[in-house]
Amino acid sequence: MRSLMFIMTAMAVISLAVWAYRENYQTQHVINETEMLQQEIGAARSRLAVLRAEWAYLNRPDRLRDLAELNFDNLKLLPLRPDQFGKADQVSYPPLREADFSEAVDVSSQEDYP
Amino acid sequence: MIRTPLRPLARILKARDTGENPDAIERENIRVRHEEMRDKARNRAEGRLLILSVAFLAGFIVVGVRMGTLAFSEAQEPRADATGSQIVAQRADIVDRKGRILATNLETHSLYAQPHQMIDKERVAKELVAIFPDLKEERLTKDLTGKRKFLWIKKKISPEQKQAVHDIGDPGLLFGPREMRLYPNGKLAAHVLGGASFGKEDVRAAEVIGVGGVEKHFDDALRDPANGDRALTLSIDLTVQAAAERVLYGGMRLMNAKGAAAVLMDVHTGEIISLVSLPDFDPNDRPRPPTEGNPGDSVLFNRAVQGLYELGSTFKIFTAAQAMDLGLANPTTLIKTAGPLRWGKFKIRDFRNYGSELTLTKVIVKSSNIGTARMAQVIGAKRQQDFLRDLGFFDPTSIEMVEAKGAQPLLPKNWSELSTMTISYGHGLSSSPMHLAAGYAAIANGGKRVTPTILKRDTPQGGARIMSADAAREARSMLRKVVTEGTASFGEVPGYAVGGKTGTADKPKERGGGYYEDKVIATFASMFPAHDPKYVLIVTLDEPVETSGSKPRRTAGWTAVPVAAEMIGRIAPLLGMRPEVEPGQLAGITLTSN
Repeated sequence: MRSLMFIMTAMAVISLAVWAYRENYQTQHVINETEMLQQEIGAARSRLAVLRAEWAYLNRPDRLRDLAELNFDNLKLLPLRPDQFGKADQVSYPPLREADFSEAVDVSSQEDYP
Repeated sequence: MIRTPLRPLARILKARDTGENPDAIERENIRVRHEEMRDKARNRAEGRLLILSVAFLAGFIVVGVRMGTLAFSEAQEPRADATGSQIVAQRADIVDRKGRILATNLETHSLYAQPHQMIDKERVAKELVAIFPDLKEERLTKDLTGKRKFLWIKKKISPEQKQAVHDIGDPGLLFGPREMRLYPNGKLAAHVLGGASFGKEDVRAAEVIGVGGVEKHFDDALRDPANGDRALTLSIDLTVQAAAERVLYGGMRLMNAKGAAAVLMDVHTGEIISLVSLPDFDPNDRPRPPTEGNPGDSVLFNRAVQGLYELGSTFKIFTAAQAMDLGLANPTTLIKTAGPLRWGKFKIRDFRNYGSELTLTKVIVKSSNIGTARMAQVIGAKRQQDFLRDLGFFDPTSIEMVEAKGAQPLLPKNWSELSTMTISYGHGLSSSPMHLAAGYAAIANGGKRVTPTILKRDTPQGGARIMSADAAREARSMLRKVVTEGTASFGEVPGYAVGGKTGTADKPKERGGGYYEDKVIATFASMFPAHDPKYVLIVTLDEPVETSGSKPRRTAGWTAVPVAAEMIGRIAPLLGMRPEVEPGQLAGITLTSN
C-alpha cells in the first residue's frame, strides 16, 4: 500500500513537472509573439504617421491652389463665391420617364346596363 | 524529565539533625530551579531573536539587491504587458477644427562624427560638403582633424542624404534617430503654431520643445507621453485660414502696407477661426529673433496678438453702446458736433465739419470725434474705465498663445477727463486687434463678455452681461448703417449684411514726441450678418496707402474696408453661410397694444 502511494506521488510529481515545463515554454512563446506584434504595431504606427504627414503635405492649400490653376482648362475650378449658392427648387427635376402605352387594355368600372 | 525534589528527604533529615532550618534548603532549591528556567527561557528568546534578525536581514538583502539591479540594469519594457502599448513616446499632433493636420512628427536621422574612428578625414570632409553645400570644408577639416572626439554635423537629414552619407562608407560617421516636428502646410497659420526646436540632445534621442505660439503654451501637455495619441484640436479652420491669408496678402500688397493682421472670431463661442499676421515665416525653419531693428517689424512678431495699436475710431461704438446702455442717449438723441472742441490747450477736430448737431447714429456713421468726445464727457472717466475693463481692454487677452501674455494694453497713467475724451474715439489707449475682436464680439452676441480661445469648443461661452441686449442691438444697427451709408461703403458684401466701423489712427513716433503725418494704422472691425451676427472680423493694415486717385488715400474706408469685404466674400461661403436677404425695417408700422 505504501509503495503504491510512493509510486502515485512520484507519478504526480513527474506529470506536474511536465505540465509546468510545457506551460513555461508556451508562455515564453506567447511573450515572444506579443513582442513581435508590438513591434509590428509600432512599425505600423510610424508608417501611418508618415502617410498622414504625406497626405497633409500633398493636400496643403498652396499646392491644391496651384494644381487648380494649372488644370483650369480641364477642371474649371474657381474659389467658392457667395453667388454660387443655389436653392433646392432651382434644380430642375429629372425628366419623367414616359409611360409605355403600346399594350393598352381598356378598363372600366362602369358596367353596361341595358 | 526528572524533577529534582524541592525537599530531598535525606538533606532535610540531616538538617533537622544538625538543627538547621530545612526551609532554607527548599528555598535554595527553588532558586536553583528558577535560575535554570530563566537560562532556558533566555536561550530560547535569543534563538528566536537570531532567527528573526536573520529573516529581516534576508528581507533587506532581497530588497537591496532588487533595488541595485533595478538601478544598474538597462530599463526594459514589460514584455508580457500587451495593454501598455497605448503610450506613444512622441509629441502629440496639432489638428484644425475638422481634424486636418497642422503639426505632426516625422522620423529622421541626425548625423554625428567620431573623428578618432575615422580613416580618411580629408576625403570625408570633402564628400560631406558635396552632400551638404552649406557646410564649410575648411572648418569641417579642422574640426575632424583636431582633438575632438565628438562632433554634430547635421541635426536633421533626409533619407536620401542619409543614404549618400552612408555611401561615403567611413566608420566615423554615425547616425542617431531623431523625431522632428513637421508643419505640412508650410507658412499657413505660422504665428498660431509658432514652431519647435530641439532641447536636450543625445545621440539616441532629442527633446522636441515648442518655441512659440500654441506649441510653447501647450508644451507640457504636448510632450506628455500619455497624450501621445491624442491630438490637440485648435479652433482654426484650415481652408478659411488659407483663404484669409491669401486675401490679406493680396490686400497688403495692393494697399502698399508693410504689415497686416486679421482676426476672425465666432461671437458666441469665442473661437478664433482664423488668425493671420503678415509678413509671416515658415515654422519648419523658424528664423532666429532679430538682434537689431524694431522687434515689431520682425516676421516673428504676431501683429494680431502682440501688436498694440491705437485702434482709432473703431472704439466709438463702445462709447455709443455704453451711452445707450446707461440710458443717457438713444439712436436719435441729438449731440452737438460744432467744432473744434476745446479742452484746455487741446483741440478735438473732425475729419470735416459736420454742422452743429447730429443724432447719435449719425455721429457713428460719419465718425465724429467731437460728438463721441462729448458723449464720453457725460459718461465720465470712472464708468468708461469700468466698461472697457469689462470688455477686456485692461488685461492681456487670455488666448492660449505664449505671445498673448506680453500684450498688456497701454493705458494712460493718469485717466483725466481729456483721456476719457480721446479714448472714446480710440486715441490714448493701445490694444491688440485680438482685444478689439473680443470687444466687438460682446456687441455682436447681444452684450455678453467673450474671451477669445484658440481651442475648439462646442458650446457658447455665456459670459457675464456687459450691456443690455437692447443697447447691443442698437449698436449693431448703427454699425450696419456705417456700411450702408457711412465711411465703410466699400464693405458691403451682397447677402451677408456686413456691419462695422472703420478706424484710421496716426502712428505714434517710436521715440516719442507726437504722431507721424503720413503713417497710419487702418482698421476695419466688422461683424456679419449684422442682424444676427455669427462672426467678427478685424482687419488691420500697417501703413497702407491707396494710390489710385490723384492724392494718396490712407483712411481705412479706402484701404482696410475693401480688403475686409473681399475677405468676407471669400470666407463666408467656406464657413457654410449662404447669402440671405436682410430682414428689412418695417417702415411706418408701430407695434402698440390697444
